[in-house]
Amino acid sequence: MTAVASTGAAAFLGRYEGLRTRLPGARVAWVEALRNGAAEAFRAQGFPTRRMEAWRYTDLASVAGAVFGEPLTGVEDATEIPAAAGPRAVFIDGRFRPDLSTLDALPYAADSLARVLPTLDGRIGTIARPAEQPMAALNTMLFEDGLVVDVPAGVAGGVLELLSLATDSERAPAYHPRHLVRLGAGASLTLLETAAGPQAARYLHNPVFEIEIAEGARLAHGRLQQEGREGVFLSTVYARVGAGGAYDNFTLNAGARLARNEIHVALTGPKAEAHMNGVQLVGDGQHADTTTTLDHAAPDCSSRQTYKTVLAGRSRGVFQGKIHVHQVAQKTDGYQMNQALLLSPEAEIDSKPQLEIYADDVKCSHGATVGELDADHLFFLRSRGIPEAQAKAILVEAFLTEAVEAVAEEPIRAALTRGVAGWWQRQGVAGGIEEA
Amino acid sequence: MPAVTETLETVQSVTDSGYKWGFETEIEMEFAPKGLNEDIVRFISRKKDEPAWLLDWRLKAFAIWKKMEEPTWAAVKYPPIDYQDSYYYAAPVQKAKPKSLDEVDPELLKTYAKLGIPLKEQAILAGVEGAGESPADSGRMPIAVDAVFDSVSVATSYKERLAKDGIIFCSISEAVHEHPELVRQYLGSVVPQGDNFYAALNSAVFTDGSFVYIPKGVRCPMELSTYFRINAKSTGQFERTLIIADERSHVSYLEGCTAPMRDENQLHAAVVELVALDDATIKYSTVQNWYPGDAEGRGGIYNFVTKRGACRGARSKISWTQVETGSAITWKYPSCILQGDDSVGEFYSVAITNNRQQADTGTKMFHIGKNTRSTIVSKGISAGKGQNTYRGLVKISPKAHGARNFTQCDSLLIGDQCGAHTVPYIENRCMTAKVEHEATTSRIAEDQLFYCRQRGLNEEEAVGMIVNGFAREVLKELPMEFAVEAQKLLQISLEGSVG
Repeated sequence: MTAVASTGAAAFLGRYEGLRTRLPGARVAWVEALRNGAAEAFRAQGFPTRRMEAWRYTDLASVAGAVFGEPLTGVEDATEIPAAAGPRAVFIDGRFRPDLSTLDALPYAADSLARVLPTLDGRIGTIARPAEQPMAALNTMLFEDGLVVDVPAGVAGGVLELLSLATDSERAPAYHPRHLVRLGAGASLTLLETAAGPQAARYLHNPVFEIEIAEGARLAHGRLQQEGREGVFLSTVYARVGAGGAYDNFTLNAGARLARNEIHVALTGPKAEAHMNGVQLVGDGQHADTTTTLDHAAPDCSSRQTYKTVLAGRSRGVFQGKIHVHQVAQKTDGYQMNQALLLSPEAEIDSKPQLEIYADDVKCSHGATVGELDADHLFFLRSRGIPEAQAKAILVEAFLTEAVEAVAEEPIRAALTRGVAGWWQRQGVAGGIEEA
Repeated sequence: MPAVTETLETVQSVTDSGYKWGFETEIEMEFAPKGLNEDIVRFISRKKDEPAWLLDWRLKAFAIWKKMEEPTWAAVKYPPIDYQDSYYYAAPVQKAKPKSLDEVDPELLKTYAKLGIPLKEQAILAGVEGAGESPADSGRMPIAVDAVFDSVSVATSYKERLAKDGIIFCSISEAVHEHPELVRQYLGSVVPQGDNFYAALNSAVFTDGSFVYIPKGVRCPMELSTYFRINAKSTGQFERTLIIADERSHVSYLEGCTAPMRDENQLHAAVVELVALDDATIKYSTVQNWYPGDAEGRGGIYNFVTKRGACRGARSKISWTQVETGSAITWKYPSCILQGDDSVGEFYSVAITNNRQQADTGTKMFHIGKNTRSTIVSKGISAGKGQNTYRGLVKISPKAHGARNFTQCDSLLIGDQCGAHTVPYIENRCMTAKVEHEATTSRIAEDQLFYCRQRGLNEEEAVGMIVNGFAREVLKELPMEFAVEAQKLLQISLEGSVG
């Protein structure tokens, strides 16, 4: 294949033109219509720019200006991945790898999207809003694969791992997996998602999730974003929760040069719940963005959000979170807290919590704090003989505790604690904290 | 001050609409031709006999404005404004320039008396009875008033008394002639011509407004005040206020405004610039009571205002307090640029939207100097079909070591047809800065209402009392006379929203 040197929206639109007959579902009319519609939406919007309100703090110019290649199919690489502890779906450069996955004897269906795409009419593209989100439009136009999970009503699905790895490739691949998760009434599942890649590899990982949670069902969704330091991770999650259902999302946003963790949750049935927590660990040279919207579209729903950002070195953190209470959503209980801790004089944090409320019988609040480590706390620990670096580590851990402890699921919490510890060690080695 | 002598009873017996300032004064007026172009800008400048530099300044602003687009990011909806379908200059015909208050057209004096604005000067010495129609508070310090009627300032009281302390208090048109060096130095230094669409429009066509200069070390002995009145049909009001507080000075400034009840929407696009030098303090209070339109949303003022203060000096302080009850649409973000080390910015706001009113208001605090501090307290009350948005920015630059901000935004919803929105932006680039923001939204609790009703208050009174309690943190920042008026205004604004 010849290298295409064009960049930005034009390059991706060009790629779509070139690939449209070969993408999964190419000869299926509804898939084609879906992709064409998304291509139109992407053409109309282009790559996000800072002039778009939703992107005012995250500049994608470096992504729009980069040349990406296509991932090679059927790489026979020897990517070393740890042994699976249970059911696991593995994606390499966005493609499902049955040989590396363990999805046998599950009490529910889990499959590769590329394989079952023709059967997904009316299922894909129902929650995502490509017209409003250019990255979702890009994903819809070009998705090649993804994970499709269907947990039937009443089934307790246990834990499922979703591992998404980038390979060390010269091609700087861009891939756009589309994952669909559906839980029937009263079903449950813990989905533990890890995204990782080699430190030096350049790539764009642009996943979109569409999650449907029926009445009384519960999905715990843990996300460990540990992409390589040259990677770009732009992910968008759309979730819809029915009456009495619950969606728990915990995201550790720690890797990648540029990462955006965008989550849209709609509570569409009475007494639905959402718990969204996250930790952003942003080191030298990194940019991490968490953007959430919570739509309260039914009465008696509740939502809880706690997001913590720690910034070291020359870095930038972003939090944007909107709670939208529709007029029907009386008796809404919504709460959101976002806090940032600056460990370096070169760090920047931008925070935009937002309430949009059209119902009167509601209890909604949000809070935001920004600051450095408390000098008194540090002095207290130092006066007890604890070295400065360690004292700082203790205080940072304490700062993160509130968000981490909110995670009810043990497997997610354990993975998360390991992720935080790993990041902290790397910062220590890099001297990101000492500089502060 | 205005309406201070009224009791709650008389206030409650007002007209059906509740807006008792909605009368129109019959007076001979002079207009510029309708529409907006360079000739109109020249016309205004000529009318005011302005020096060439100011005309050039206006024309530059007009050129910038023509290239700008009307902002659409605020959470307000209104049909497109035809900027050509309005008069940009309207002034009462004056035979000769009045030399004292006694020479001012009695119709105008009557108008202001009807609005409750004392233009007649009282004797200053404490204990000496003032002139007949003064408020019943002869022991208290009087208030100096600059009265702006449509496009011109018609009277300014207590000028001589203030001049004894070296204080300049006059209309900006006068200042252009009498103190050109000050005007030239500071005009547009806080809000430049191209700052935003409405500021550019104002810079091109501003007609009058107040000018204040407080010299070094002087504490202004009385409250200064401007009362803005829109009277003529199909006019916009574009006033420009400039206040300079020199080192170690102190001034408290009040602003009030009303307009007749009309089915048409009238545009009010003002610019206010404040400059505080070392150790100076400016307290700027507004009770905004423009005609809000009727219950169906017909008529009312579009209040698109740019207000900004620069704390240029060390330890300077600028405090904004606003009670926003009027206007069909409010678009207003009084801000502070905290340049001087240890300077302080404050923003206290109560905004009410009832019927179909829309308000998108808040503040911006720019922390640039070391140890700068800012406090934001915003109380939004939505009733009827009103939409109320707090929009604010706290921005901390890398060098603002030790900067501190605290923000509290509370919203109260009355009825299920209204909306309350909070959009704060926090941008921090300084490690040692500390920012705290909290926001809540709720409605009046049933048990609070029950408690009041059980003690014999009717529902409207109970709501009024609870709302006043909700807004107390802000109201207590107002000078006393304004606080009394503001409390009543809150009550009137909410009439018909319960039961």
